[in-house]
Formats: sequence, C-alpha cells, structure tokens
Amino acid sequence: MADLLRRHLAPIPQSAWDEIDETAADKMRPMLSARSVVDFHGPHGLELAAVNLGRVAAGDSSKDGVHWGIREIMPLVEARVPFKLELAELDAFARGAADIDLGPLEEAARRIASFEDDVVYNGLKTAGIAGVLSSLSHKPLKLGGDADGIAAAVGDGVAELKGEGVAGPYDIVFGPALYKKANQVLKAGRVLRDVLERIGGGRVLFSPALRGGLLLSRRGGDFQLTVGQDLSIGYARHDASHAELFVIESFTFRVLEPAAGIELKSG
Amino acid sequence: MEYHEPYDKLSEEAKDLHRAISSLIEELEAVNWYHQRADVTTDEQLKRILIHNRDEEVEHAAMALEWLRRRLPALDTELREILFQDGEIVHHHGEDQAGEGPGPGGLGLGSLKEEN
Repeated sequence: MADLLRRHLAPIPQSAWDEIDETAADKMRPMLSARSVVDFHGPHGLELAAVNLGRVAAGDSSKDGVHWGIREIMPLVEARVPFKLELAELDAFARGAADIDLGPLEEAARRIASFEDDVVYNGLKTAGIAGVLSSLSHKPLKLGGDADGIAAAVGDGVAELKGEGVAGPYDIVFGPALYKKANQVLKAGRVLRDVLERIGGGRVLFSPALRGGLLLSRRGGDFQLTVGQDLSIGYARHDASHAELFVIESFTFRVLEPAAGIELKSG
Repeated sequence: MEYHEPYDKLSEEAKDLHRAISSLIEELEAVNWYHQRADVTTDEQLKRILIHNRDEEVEHAAMALEWLRRRLPALDTELREILFQDGEIVHHHGEDQAGEGPGPGGLGLGSLKEEN
C-alpha cells in the first residue's frame, strides 16, 4: 500500500519529511469540518476500492432458469494533488532553518481538504456520492438576518430534529458568510456562536464548501465517511532543484439517515 | 479503593467510574485468591468448587470491564486494538492494524469528531 507513496526514494531528509507531514496536518485539520461531524470509517488502506451496500440491483435478468443480479457498491474516489518543493529549502530545514517555504504544500493541503469537505456536503455525481445537502429530508430552514433571528431559527431546527426522534448533540456547520455572523452579539449581550453551541449542544464549525449552513446530529450512525487511504504525502519525482510530491486520499461518503440534519439558508 | 479527590467535588460520572474500577479490582483479586487456593488444595472436590468460584469472578470482572469500555472511549480503542489478536501482544500495542493505519506517509488525521 504505502509503496505507492515512494517516500523512501525521495532526496528528502527524515526531519524534513516530519516537517512536511506536520505542516500538512496542521493546515488540513481546521479545514476538514466534515470529519468533525460525520462518522469516520477507516482508514482501510489503498486496497479498499468500494463500500458494500449489501443490496443486489433489482433486475429481471435470468438465463437458463438462473436469476442473477449485480451487487451494489459505492466506489471510492481517489484524490491526488501534486505540488513541488525546492530541494534547497528542504536542505535548509535539515540544517536548522526555521522559516522554510512550504507554500506549495500548504496550498495542496488546502485544496484536498476543501475537496473532501465539498464532496461530503455537495456530492460528486460521477462517483455516485449524493452529498449531505441533496440527501436531507427536512425542508431547508431560512435563518433570520440578525443574530437573534439566526439563534431563533436554529432553536426551531433543533426542536424539529428532536421531534423526529433525532437525538443530539447537534453541530452547526456554516459557510463563510454565516460563520462571520456567528461572531455577532445578540440583543441579550451574548455572542451568537456561544448561544448556538448551547442550543445544539455541539460545535459551530466552518466550511468554505457551504453557501449557507447545516444543522447536523452528531449522535452517530447517520453520515458515513469511508476512507481507504487517509490523507498522505508521497513522492513522484525530482530534478536538480525540485521534488515533486503529492497529497493523496481515497474515500466515499453516504447519508444513512436523511432526517438527521437540516439545511440552513441565509435570510 | 480510596477517592483521591474531595468526594463533594467529584461528578456522578466520576463516582460511578470509581465504583466500577473498584469492582473490577476486587473481582480480579478474588480470581487470584480462588486460583491460589485451588492450586494448593489436595481435596479434589474443594478444588472443583474453588475453580468454579474463580470462573464466576472472571465473569463478574468481564462485566465490569465491559461497563467501563462503554464509557471510556480510550479503553474501547485500546481493547479493540489489543484484544483477540494472535501473535506477540507487545507488537500490537501502538501499532496500526494491518491495512487500517495511516501507514508510512499517512498524516494520521482520521476522525476529528469529538466524543458525544
């Protein structure tokens, strides 16, 4: 599995690899909002190609008295972002430089983390991933324009989920516009983010993949992110001045309980 | 087992955890006692009784452990990783399960979900 990463072939000192890994993980962690809310299954390794859905595709195919169907699966998406680092910079790190330029790595980390969040929320049709937004059974909830209106609407959303038997805690994921509003102060003098976390019993998270927001139960069993190869960094090739690396992961996502969340729309 | 912090300051959850851990210790102590007695007695009937009693205590310990596993996520993780494996036990510790770890090059991000 791991040999696809070919790290041992790279002209990169171990200390620099450690720095690369740490920088990438630090960059991605706050951007992977979906992993903070949905169930994470894996990592199962690069060998995992598909998730077993446990069903046989309906059909009336038969041949010589044998009825046959085809097992339903969800294939994993393999995502890869290539980037280049200057070898001189990596050598400088090995010599003790504390300010090396890992900009291309950070950009690659940002891209793949955004991709994962985007696929979870908005889907990826060609991979058979519907995404959270198009799977939810509740009608979207329109948020009031000001902090008080947003708090009231989220309170209604929590009540709606509880009313359907969807237990909490409930996390809230906001896109950029709503996330900014989370710092507003209510008339009662409290910060909206704190009030929302109190109402939902969960966290207020940020995802640039959302235009509006989502109220999602974090009880478990409702949203399933299956990961084969978890986010990793590998080596492709190098020339005299640069190493070409890549960040890779394989995953798929499905919603098991469409009633476990509500879309939040900006007022 | 004594409390190490003021009783009044402890949450109900911490008190229950203390009760379960104390019970687990007591059950395992009892296993040890019965086992030693069974080991030395020369009366075959008494030996069978003591072994039966020892195994009853094992069942009690297992139930207490299961209760703890359901409440301590770290215990759950460790037990899933270490128990019911073949081969060298020490090698399992801290090692990723075959095909399930980030592997070399993996960033070890995994789930970022907080426990409920």
